[in-house]
This record gives sequence, C-alpha cells and structure tokens, in this order.
Amino acid sequence: MGIFTKFLSKIKGQSTLSNSDWEELYGELLASDLGPNFSRALIDEAKKSKGENPEEDLHRILLSQLSRQSRETIRAASGPTTILIVGVNGTGKTTSVAKLAALFQSRGSKVLLAAGDTFRAAAVEQLRTWGDRLGIEVVSGKENGDPASVAFDSAHAALNKCVDYLLIDTAGRLHNKNDLMAELGKVKRVIEKVLPINEVLLVIDATTGHNAIAQARIFTESIGVTGIILTKLDGSARGGVALAIEKEIGVPIKWIGTGESQTDFSPFDSESYIRALTQM
Amino acid sequence: MFESLTTRISGAFSSLRTRGKLSSSDIQATCADIRLALLEADVAQSVVEDFVATIEEKSLAALLTLQSGTNQASAIFEIVNKELVEILGGSARRVRLAKNPPTVIMLAGLQGAGKTTLAGKLAKFYADQGNTPLLIASDLARPNAVTQLQVVGDSIGVPVFAPELGSGTGDPVKVARDGIAFAKAKLYNMVIVDTAGRLGIDEDLMKQARDIRDVVMPDEILFVVDAMIGQDAVRTAQAFLDGVGFDGVVLTKLDGDARGGAALSITSLTKRPIMFASTGEKLTDFDIFYPDRMASRILGMGDVATLAEQAKKAFNPETSAKLEKKFENGEDFTLEDFLEQLEAMSKMGSMSKMLSMLPGAGAMKKQLDNFDESELVRTKSIVQSMTPIERRDPKVLNGGRRARIALGSGRKVSDVNSLVERFSAAQKMMKQVRNGGMPPAMSGMGMPAMPKGPTKSAPQKKKSKSGNPAKRALEEGQ
Repeated sequence: MGIFTKFLSKIKGQSTLSNSDWEELYGELLASDLGPNFSRALIDEAKKSKGENPEEDLHRILLSQLSRQSRETIRAASGPTTILIVGVNGTGKTTSVAKLAALFQSRGSKVLLAAGDTFRAAAVEQLRTWGDRLGIEVVSGKENGDPASVAFDSAHAALNKCVDYLLIDTAGRLHNKNDLMAELGKVKRVIEKVLPINEVLLVIDATTGHNAIAQARIFTESIGVTGIILTKLDGSARGGVALAIEKEIGVPIKWIGTGESQTDFSPFDSESYIRALTQM
Repeated sequence: MFESLTTRISGAFSSLRTRGKLSSSDIQATCADIRLALLEADVAQSVVEDFVATIEEKSLAALLTLQSGTNQASAIFEIVNKELVEILGGSARRVRLAKNPPTVIMLAGLQGAGKTTLAGKLAKFYADQGNTPLLIASDLARPNAVTQLQVVGDSIGVPVFAPELGSGTGDPVKVARDGIAFAKAKLYNMVIVDTAGRLGIDEDLMKQARDIRDVVMPDEILFVVDAMIGQDAVRTAQAFLDGVGFDGVVLTKLDGDARGGAALSITSLTKRPIMFASTGEKLTDFDIFYPDRMASRILGMGDVATLAEQAKKAFNPETSAKLEKKFENGEDFTLEDFLEQLEAMSKMGSMSKMLSMLPGAGAMKKQLDNFDESELVRTKSIVQSMTPIERRDPKVLNGGRRARIALGSGRKVSDVNSLVERFSAAQKMMKQVRNGGMPPAMSGMGMPAMPKGPTKSAPQKKKSKSGNPAKRALEEGQ
C-alpha cells in the first residue's frame, strides 16, 4: 500500500488540503518508515510549494530527496572488478551475491564467488549451492576459518582466472559490534593487498525500520560503503527507509531484490521507486 | 537496543523532576517528547497515540492528587513504566507443555528473522532443562537451511529430523508429519519445527505454513521477528496472525542497537506476549523475555534482574555465597575476589553487554560501545602476577613489588598503579552500594538522576498494596 493509496481518493480534485489531510499524510509517511522528523520536514516543504496538485508536489519533493550520485557499478579500469558484500544478519547477503552473479553472468561476464561467511552454520554450502546452479566457481575455506584468508585466496584466484567480477560474501554482523566491524576492515585490507576493491555493497532489508540508517552510517564510516542493495521489496514493507538513508547518509541505492528467484533482482530506479512508494 | 528511547525518556523526566510543581502543560510537553521518542523507535503511530493518550490522562489525574513536584514526577514515571510493562505483555508467560508429550513448538516468520538459529537456541534452552527435544527441518526452500539446522543440532547435541536435503526440493508438510511420528515413536518430549521464511502477503506460502500447522498440531506457534523491523511489523504480524495464527512472539537480534519499538507495536496490536529474546550470535545468547525488565531498560532504569541472573549462572554458588557474606558483613572486597569475579565475568560474555544492563547505562552508551574487551585479560594478568598476600592486602604494594608485577604481567608499572587505584575506587563504590542499598524492583526512585529526597520513601512504597504510587495516591485521594 502506497502512501497515497488511501489518501488520494479522499483528496481527489482538491488543490488545497486541510490540516487533518496533512496530518493523515504525515501518518502515511510515518508508516513508510520515513521517521517523525523527516516526515514532518517533507510535509512542511509540501505545504510551502503551492502547486496545482498536492500529489505531484509530494512526488517531486520525495524524488528530490534521493541521491544524485551515479547508480552504475564502479568498474575496475583493468582486471577483475571486486565487490565486497556486507550487512547485518539475515538481510539476504548470500542470496544477493548469487543474484548479482547471475545478472553479471547473463550480461556475458565471467564471475568468481568467494564464500567469506565462515561463521554461520552452512553459509558456505548455501553459496556453493547457488554456484552449482549458476555454474559459477566458488572459492571457500574452512568453516569457522579466517574470512580474510578466504578473501585473499579468492583475490588471487580472480587474477589468475582473469574473471570480470569477483563477488565476496561476508558473514552477517551487527554494526554495533566493534570487533566484528574490525574483522571486516581486516578482510578489506587483505584483499587490497592483491586487488583494489571497487565496490562495497551494503545489503539492507526493506522491512527494517529506523535502524537501517544506523546500519548505513556505521558501515559507511567503518569500511566505506559505495552502494546499497535493498532486499525483500516484494513484501508489504514500503522500503521508505531507503529514502531516509539516501537523504541522511548520501550512499546511493544501486540494486533491489524483489523475490526469491535469482532473476528477482534489478538496478534501482528512482522514478519507479518513488512511484511504488506513493501509489502501489 | 532502546538506548535512544531511554535517553529521550530519561531526558523528558529529568526536566520534569527539576520543577517544583508541575502544570498540565508540563505533562503535555513530556508526552510530546515521549510521542516523538516512540515514533523514532519505530512504534506504529496508532499504538503511540493510544499509549500517549493513556499516559496523559493518568498523569493529569495524578497531578490533582499529588502536591510536590518530585512526587508528581515519580508518579508519572511509575505510570509510564506500568503502561509499558502492560503493552509489552504483562508478566512473562512460559511455553505451555503438552499433557501428552511431545510438546510441539512451531516457528514462523519472515525470511532472515533468525528462525533456524532460534530453533537451535530454543532446543538448547530446553535440553539444558532436562528435556529431550527433536528438531524438524521443514525449511526446504532456502538453500542449505537443512544443513544449517543439522550443524546447529550437532553442536548442541540435539538430533535433527531431516529426511530431505531441501534447497528447493521435497515436501515440507510431509517432513513435518513424519517428524512428529518419529518423535512420538522415539519418545522425544519436545519437538521444534523450523519452517521456511515467508512474506505475509504470499498466500501460497502462508497456506503451506497452515498445512504444516495442521499436521503437527503445535502447542505453541511462535512468531519470530527481527527487533530491527520497522513499520512493516504491524502489517506482517497481522498477516501471520490471520494466516497461520501464533501464540507468542520471539524477538531476535536484540543485541543490536535497534530501539525495538516494533516489540511494542506487535504486542499491543496482536495481544500476543513476547516470550523469548535472542541476544547474540552464540547459541546460549537467549533468554525468556521479561516485559518488566524491558520496560525498566526503556526507562533508563537498567536491567539489574537479568544481570543478577546471568551472574548467578556464571559464578559458582560457593564463591557467590562467600562474596555475599563478605558484602553483608561489611568486609573489604579483595583483589582475590576481584580475580574470581573477572574469571566469572569472562564466562558471562562481553563486558559491554553486562554493563549496559546497569541503571543509568544509557548515558554511558558511547563509552560502552568502545569498551576494549581485552582490557579484562590485561587486568587479569596483572592480578595473577601478584602474590596471595598482595592480592589480599594491596596496601603492601611498594615500588619494588609493583615493578616485579609489571615485569611478570608484561605491563608497565603505570598500568599496575592505575589498576590498584581503580581497585580502591571500586572498593569504595562497593561500600556505597552496600550502604545505599539497591532495591530489587528498582522503582522510579532508583533513577540515577533523581534527587536524593525520595530514596528514603522507597521501602515504604514496597509495602503498599498496589506498589504503584499513582494508583495508591488515587485511592488515598478518594
């Protein structure tokens, strides 16, 4: 249910809104995980812009909150493009790695996967199962082994095998655990001894509330996130938190996950995101 | 979690407490602060509005019957606390055990909520209490969810019924049915059924969950939900309630810094209690959910009860009894005791997690986050380099002894000095705590920022019938 779904039928044909209309709209923004302060600011801005059509006004205002940075994948000038996938537990990192790999592969690129989640039981097997399905090689180490060593090996393998993309999965970690964040820093440093990392993609679950902003902020501060993968957009969550992240942290959403199948994955498109947020 | 909410609400109250006498506009301002804090904590708007309206109404009533500003602030604090506990589910409910075993517990929830890990934690929790659980691997959708459950089961010594490899093949309903038959035949007294994650709006998968439910006939269906979930919590919880139904809620990833307002939304809207909380990556990071403790945490009163319980688990009873006696007799706490405690503490898990349960910890959040856990090891090595006499009486530590200890522990003399200094400070603090007493219920009076006055009245409050000053005040007023 989009922000306007209920709302639009009510205000159809009106060019000015009453205070209770605005409050209702505020409630809808809140229900989209935009948060009280951001929602209030949006309403204030919408009130000021005395356009013909409040719906179009808000659409434009929401759109203007999104990042203007490029959403294209940052490619390596030469050699493999190296992408590190990070995020908190259960957001869908491993699935996103597989989907991204499938997408690059379908564009004719050669991909290598690294099973850097050595912590969670059977995470390595989960990625290997995906690798088998897609016919993509997976570099892995021992369970409970050092993720940095897997990453290091995979970087060498990527160079030797002349792949176009190296996608490195990592274990889920809560951003408030300093030791685990430090471990991620080590993984990054070790890879960079072999290959420069082109992208660090943070996977965020669209059902997440305000905490997603803290996730984006802390991951960005600790390892320099270059883009976000927003997953589980096929549910009832509106994923409004993506807007709040782009506004507050400035890291662009690059990909969205919209289902369980490997093809349920696409580049983020600002226009259709805002449309879905407001009208679906 | 909840830190920010804690900070905000504590802030709102400390400004209340500084007034001599409160007016209704003070109450309204505080309520506005609470409203904003709850919204920022991802609580659903409708829940926030109801909550704040109740608080406002009861607070205004309390205002009429109480005269001094301090009493009024305390009364309001109690009102908020009581309402929070109520929304969070009243007193903690335990799993209903079946009259004829096995007791069947079915898990349901969104993808990535943490069901499989939770299945393991739940199995361990009950196995440790002498039950014989069986895990059933009915998540055949996610690649290698079955393997994951098997690895978890192996690590805790709980058998896993997993006839299908999963990863998209096999019939989860049949696995569930066969698993129950197997459990009955082999006399397991408890069965935990892991199911695939599903979206609330996916009718096919919801039907599958219903089919599993109908064949396993669970005694408890637990809805597993990520504490970080936002406004979607309401829609998802409702969809699961309508789709499969559930009897209780399990909150996972409570060790994150999410404010966890979804907990409030879900319990308030579904009227189902939160029964368990999962607080870390280790299979032992799991406990029964206590609404009153969570409310204390939200209000910045700390979670002393949980801390005490964890300590009880980690410290061996003899040591604890000895310490308790020392404490009561007013004897000095020595470095030997300190070392024993350090060792027990490392068993209890991370220091920062424990400290965060202390009253007033909200204000120290930054320091807690940056707590260097290896400091514990360093401190231990210094104490271990001391002779028994030195440990018992640090006053004998002259320059020569300190230099020897530094050499022995591989630290600098300044490190030894600072440890000894900190230790005597800790000794002093222990004395203060002993003299001040620490009320077990940590009533509003226990708030760190409270003025000294009301501390004296705390024991009287406990003797009152309701334990709720606002209510009592109302009764007395009538």
